[in-house]
This record gives sequence, structure tokens and C-alpha cells, in this order.
Amino acid sequence: MWDYSDKVKEHFFQPRNAGVLEGANGVGDVGSISCGDALRLMLKVEPETDIILDAHFQTFGCGSAIASSSALTEMIKGKTLDEALKVSNQDIADYLDGLPPEKMHCSVMGREALQAAVANYRGEEWSDDHEEGALVCKCFAIDAVMIEDTIRANNLSSVQDVTNYTKAGGGCSSCHEGIEEILVKVMSERGEAFKPGTPSKEEAKPAGMTNLQRIRKIEAVLESVRPQLKRDGGDIELLDVDGKTIYVSMTGACAGCQMEALTLQGIQQKLMEELKEFIKIVPTKAGALSRASCHV
Amino acid sequence: MTGIYFDNNATTRVDPAVVEAMLPYFTEQFGNPSSMHSFGNKVGLAIKKARMQVQELLGAEHDSEIIFTSCGTESDSTAILSALKAQPERKEIITTTVEHPAILTLCAWLEKDGYKVHYLKVDGKGRLDLDEYKKLLGDQTAVVSVMWANNETGTFFPVVEMAELANAAGAMFHTDAVQAVGKVPLNLKDTKIDMLSVSGHKLHAPKGVGVLYLKRGVRFRPLLRGGHQERGRRAGTENTTSIVGLGKAAEMAMEAMAFENTEVARLRDKLEAGILAKVPRSFVTGNPDDRLPNTSNIAFEFIEGEAILLLLNKFGIAASSGSACTSGSLEPSHVMRAMGIPYTAAHGTVRFSLSRYSTEAEVDRVIAVVPEIIAQLRKLSPYWDGDGPAAEPEKAFAPTYA
Repeated sequence: MWDYSDKVKEHFFQPRNAGVLEGANGVGDVGSISCGDALRLMLKVEPETDIILDAHFQTFGCGSAIASSSALTEMIKGKTLDEALKVSNQDIADYLDGLPPEKMHCSVMGREALQAAVANYRGEEWSDDHEEGALVCKCFAIDAVMIEDTIRANNLSSVQDVTNYTKAGGGCSSCHEGIEEILVKVMSERGEAFKPGTPSKEEAKPAGMTNLQRIRKIEAVLESVRPQLKRDGGDIELLDVDGKTIYVSMTGACAGCQMEALTLQGIQQKLMEELKEFIKIVPTKAGALSRASCHV
Repeated sequence: MTGIYFDNNATTRVDPAVVEAMLPYFTEQFGNPSSMHSFGNKVGLAIKKARMQVQELLGAEHDSEIIFTSCGTESDSTAILSALKAQPERKEIITTTVEHPAILTLCAWLEKDGYKVHYLKVDGKGRLDLDEYKKLLGDQTAVVSVMWANNETGTFFPVVEMAELANAAGAMFHTDAVQAVGKVPLNLKDTKIDMLSVSGHKLHAPKGVGVLYLKRGVRFRPLLRGGHQERGRRAGTENTTSIVGLGKAAEMAMEAMAFENTEVARLRDKLEAGILAKVPRSFVTGNPDDRLPNTSNIAFEFIEGEAILLLLNKFGIAASSGSACTSGSLEPSHVMRAMGIPYTAAHGTVRFSLSRYSTEAEVDRVIAVVPEIIAQLRKLSPYWDGDGPAAEPEKAFAPTYA
């Protein structure tokens, strides 16, 4: 049985805005029947203002696909098209208090249906760059296509590299056999043999940054998210950087907020993108670090 | 726990009489059957009794042909790996496209080691083409592994006949019979079946115990080594309590065999007919004329199985589905795909599997609830329009990247 949140169950058992929308002027049909998930999103847009007056859906799919569709229609009603397009698949998942990793594609499908429906309204052709493979890493919901593409694009040759670039394999590690198989396949395409124990790129070539540069970069990233946190009455403070672990303290409304974990996850992702390395962000209370070090 | 449990092909309730038979072996008779003292001796006798009870259920010639294992999957792996090890000159395996993952995943892994695996196809009703099979059999065939009854549709394969053919070609024959044992009368001594897998929890014994039947004289290479247990063929201290439980369950299955094939079959037929009569665009998958007495697999077109299961669960009804989403995979059931069931129906298949504890009232309740659930989901489906499917459903809704 899937571990669905109460919000997912609620939107599945009592879906909002289900069924045909009369007078819809933007329709997006996306999904894959072979995978068992497909969605038609119907929008009624006011031409003068671009405001979405109403949104309905019809979904062929599982519980979380129906819940994601229902959530999406609720989230975009009353928004302008441009505002609505800012809704990300993560926003849909957050609205539902999270989705199991195997089901994240349901929220992606919602986001794509939205793009397709807006394109349809605007008379544009929506083309899909989406290709989904078999789910390999269940901890971080990374599929085979994503791993293959990343290995190819970055000439990766170790499981650690794949983890650093995609996060796949960074959790429970039960997918390492699967990642090795993909490495064997892609590496043989470029005429190499996979050798277990090959040092990862990162170990071979340390990031070309001094500690000072690295910390400044981390601070710059935190600076960039600060306004958003302050808007919600919170803040973040950098406490320490120890190798790949970055200690921060969440203050104000952020401290102990239910969304704290999600917020930190987003910041961690941003840091990884900027630093181009795998790091872990750890929330800690200010002062705790020095105290802790006394016991070491 | 109340509720209607129609998912007996997944696992079954342990019969209270089985639990009762097991209990003394946790506390009073806890000895190791290998020990010299009397604590162990009585346990050894209990295992001997269980072995004979299983022998009786399988119709095996000798009780020494029964090897206790930890589960059906272990029995499957042991059988196939043993056949390959014992005949290193033979490099081919024949199996079917609709086997349980315990076989298919193992075969896919063996392919990487250079073994050639032939997968027999099935027709729209899940039946094999024996001519194709005969052509593939040869002096390279190490082992044939074909399930007795399919877990999703209940459809039987002609394993007795196929074992004769394998034997004539000098190949070993294994059958994964976890769904059939206890529901189908067996008489292995009169067959050419070399190896057969049993899973305890499918026949009201506990989880964590299984059997590999190994015909006397069949060459064997153990998977687990390091002890004399099971005559050195499966090392590891015996799961004594569960073995005792499986013995009792086997004895009870013998007694209930006629009931399974008359009363349980009658309830299953009633359930199936009741649903089909009330739900348009639904059909039975597999071969209704030749299948397990307890299983009915129904495809509901234009909706998805996980959604059906979640709603059934809300009404306290437990069943299972071949949809991709219930397993977290990207494809619907390989069994449905092998039979050529279209995606719009394959994702909406629901398996109802009854047991001897199922009642008429439960069947009536499910017949009453299912049509509402299907109608409710179809209202949400882009393939559905009012009271019936959209005209030309595949054209009415053709999403991008399908």
C-alpha cells in the first residue's frame, strides 16, 4: 500500500473540478497510456485579462494522478496564465503534503498538462521534451533515462559520480547494482569498460575553489533565498561548513515550521547546483555546534 | 479485522488449527532437531510427520522427495540453479512470458551470464503453443520451468504433458506450483515432473516456509551448503514451527480439496457473473474454461486499477490489480501484455481470489459495490462520455507522448 498523505486521499476520494468543462478555450492532453497515467486539463480563460476563470480535469490514472489533477485545478483557478505557469511539479506535490517517489511523475504530468493547455489556448504548439525511464533510485525518484543522459553528457564512470550529479544512489544504496548496469552500458558505447572502484571525478579533481571562495558562494546562495524566507517571517544563518556538510540555523517563523524540511531541501538543491558538488545541509541550533564539539 | 478478503492469491490467513499445531514448537518443543537430547528428538519427529503430510498432498512417491525451504522463491531459484550446475554442458532454459518474477528475474540475470532463455508466448486467453515448445526442446535445454497455474488469471498450463516432452528430450522439468498446490489434486509420482515449488502461505500455512519437491534420482546441486539438514540438500536450521504448520495446512488442504473445487468455484462464478452483468465494458482475462477454482481476473476498461483498489479498500474490500501503479513500475502487468490486452484495459484489471473462508454474503456485497465504484471512476475518465465510452475512445483522447 502506498503511503499517501491525508491530503492526497482527500483529493482522490473527493476530487475537485472533475469532468468536462463546457466552454473551455484551452485544453491540454498529456500522459502515457502505456504507463497508465494520462490527463486532460481544460481551462476557461478570460481573454481580456488572461485570468483562469475555471479549470476542470479528466484523468485516466491512479489515486495520486487523480489527486494531483484535482490539486492543480484548485491551485490555478483565479490566477493569470503567467502566474499559473509558475506552478511547478514540486508545488503540486507540496500542496498535497508530498507524494511517494514512485508517484512524483503524477505531479510532473500535472505541470505538463498545464503547459499544454496554455499553449493550446495561445494557439501554440506544445512539444514535450519529456522522456521517462524505469525508476532506478527510489529514494530520490531518479529514472534510468535521467541517469543515462547524465552519464553520457558528463562522461561519468563511477557510481559515486552518478550520485554526485543526479543524487541517484545517495540514499539507501539498494539501486547501486542498477546504476552499475547503466554505467556498463553507456561506457561500452564510448568504448570503455566499467571498473568498480574508479575514483569519482570529484576525488580525482577537487573543485577548483579555495575554502574562502566556497564559503562566499554558500553565503551568496543563502543571501539569494533570504528575502523569500523573510517574507514568511523567518531567516537562515550559516553556522559552519565542514567538508560536504553545511550547518545552518533556521530562525524566526522558519524554526520548527512544518515546511522546514522542504525549504531546506530546496536550498540544498540550489547549493549543489551552484557549488557543482554533492553537499548535505544540516539544520542546527545556533550555539549547538560549539557545545557539541566539547564532547568530541 | 473485519472486511472482505478476496486477495488469497497474494497470501492467505493462517488457519487457527494450524496456529494451534504450531504453538508448542515455540516454547515447549523448542529444541534443535539435530541435537542428541530429547529436546531435539520430538521436534525431529514432528518434522518427519509434516514431511509425510506434504508428501500426501503432492502425491509424491517418497517423503525424502520433500525439501523444506524458506519460500516459493527460494525453491524456484534452487531448482533452476541446480539444474544448470548439474548439467554444465546444457546452456538453455525454456520458460514462459507469464511466469512469476521469481522465475523471470532470475532468468534475466542468468542471460547476463551467457545462458540462452526461451520465453514461450501465450495467446489471448493465456494459453501456450505446444508446437513452439516442442521445436525449442533439444539437447541444449538444461531445464524447462513452467508454472502450474498463473497467479494473475489462474489459467493452467499443461505441465504434466510438457514434463513428458522435456523428459523425452533429456531436459529437467520444474514447475512453480505455488498457486496450484492445495487447490488442484496432485499425483506427482505418476508424472515426469522433476522439481516443483510450493509456498506455505498460499495454503493457509504461515509465511516464511516453502517446499521444493525433488523427484528421487534427479541430479541436484544445493543452493545453501553447510549443514546436513534436509539430507544436505538445504543447509540451515529448520524453521520447525512453520514446517509443522505447513504439514497441518497440507493435511487440511487435502480434506478441503473437493470443497475448493465445488463450493469455492461456485462462489467465484457467482461473483464473476454478477459483476459482468452489471458493469458494461468489462471482461474476464485468461482462460475461464481451464483455471484455478478461486480466481477471477476482470478487466474494467478506461480506468486504472490502483484507483479501483483504493475505492474498494474504502468499502473494506481487498483485491489486487495488474496496473503499473500498484507496483510502482512503468508497465502494466506482463501477464496482461503477453495476452495482448490493450493498455486501456490492462491497467484496469482487478484480480479477485477467494478461499474456503469466503462467504456468499461477501460475494453479494462485492457484486453490489463494484458497479458503483467503476461508474464513479469512469466519470473522471477522459475516455468516458456520459453513460458509455466516448465515440472512438482512442481518437477522443490521444495524449502527447503516449
